Amino acid sequence: MHELGIVFHIIDTLEEVGRENHLASIQSVTVELGEVSTVIPEYLTDCWNWAVKKRELLKEAVMHVEVLPAVTLCRDCGKEYGTVEHGRICPWCGNEKTHLVRGSEINIKQIEAY
Amino acid sequence: MENVKILEIKQSVFANNDAQAEKLRQELKKRRIYLLNLMSSPGSGKTTTLTRLIEALRDEMRIGVMEADIDSDVDAKTIAATGAKAIQLHTGGMCHLDAAMTRQGLEGLEPGDDTELVILENVGNLVCPAEFDTGAVKNAMILSVPEGHDKPLKYPLMFQVCDVVLINKIDVLPYFDFDMAKCTEYIHMRNPNAKVFPICARTGEGIDAFAAWLKDEVTRWRG
Repeated sequence: MHELGIVFHIIDTLEEVGRENHLASIQSVTVELGEVSTVIPEYLTDCWNWAVKKRELLKEAVMHVEVLPAVTLCRDCGKEYGTVEHGRICPWCGNEKTHLVRGSEINIKQIEAY
Repeated sequence: MENVKILEIKQSVFANNDAQAEKLRQELKKRRIYLLNLMSSPGSGKTTTLTRLIEALRDEMRIGVMEADIDSDVDAKTIAATGAKAIQLHTGGMCHLDAAMTRQGLEGLEPGDDTELVILENVGNLVCPAEFDTGAVKNAMILSVPEGHDKPLKYPLMFQVCDVVLINKIDVLPYFDFDMAKCTEYIHMRNPNAKVFPICARTGEGIDAFAAWLKDEVTRWRG
């Protein structure tokens, strides 16, 4: 359900891009997903393939997903580490005062179109 | 396919929604309507809390309520019984509301010029609603005692975007290993400015403090 909502937002954005650039057909869209964005790539592409069938501009568009690694910063020791591997507690100093630097992105990177 | 070209978009999926939400907020400012987005997991007591809140504020301001659910209208009926104007929004299977759906809801609610406060009861879910700005002035969420004090760690974005956290069902605290101090600490790790109100919607305990905060908010927003 979550992925379907995201797909509808991507479609709205691309149809606007299509109008502005007078595009006839979008052939592919590349989406950047952060590792901890809560969006599951396979579900997103499944929803995409279903939703675009009814859209003239997008019916041939293939979705490519690029996963961006998640990185957390420790506010205590100032070092960065992999979020998925170590979670919330800093592996360098054991502190819990950490925050996500990147990895929650859901971006439309680029499209191929004519 | 000879003329296929690559267009760089470089835009967050949420950028359009964020822009629509900001536009809606500006319009509400002009109409002097305060919109509160209320979120929580299913069963945390959103509708009961709202009923209590309306009872506390209905003599002081005109209130409208938009109940969002995937299906059914049980919540809207409960709220309508309090005398507040209520409508039910169906998200058609979607797990959250976005700014466009909120705008449609407001058009359906038709808040009159004398309406001061509109509350949006979002779909029961701690993940997706946090990602979509509805156009509300402030976000509030309810965490109930049986859900556990570790929820701010598990659903960080929800607690990061909320200005107010209501900790509901405090009457059952003796029966659960819920650590209020730890919970508050975890909430402030995600959002140092979040206001925390312990409440019991069933008995009405703590509702006055939340109602006073909200009344102050509405007064300031309306200028």
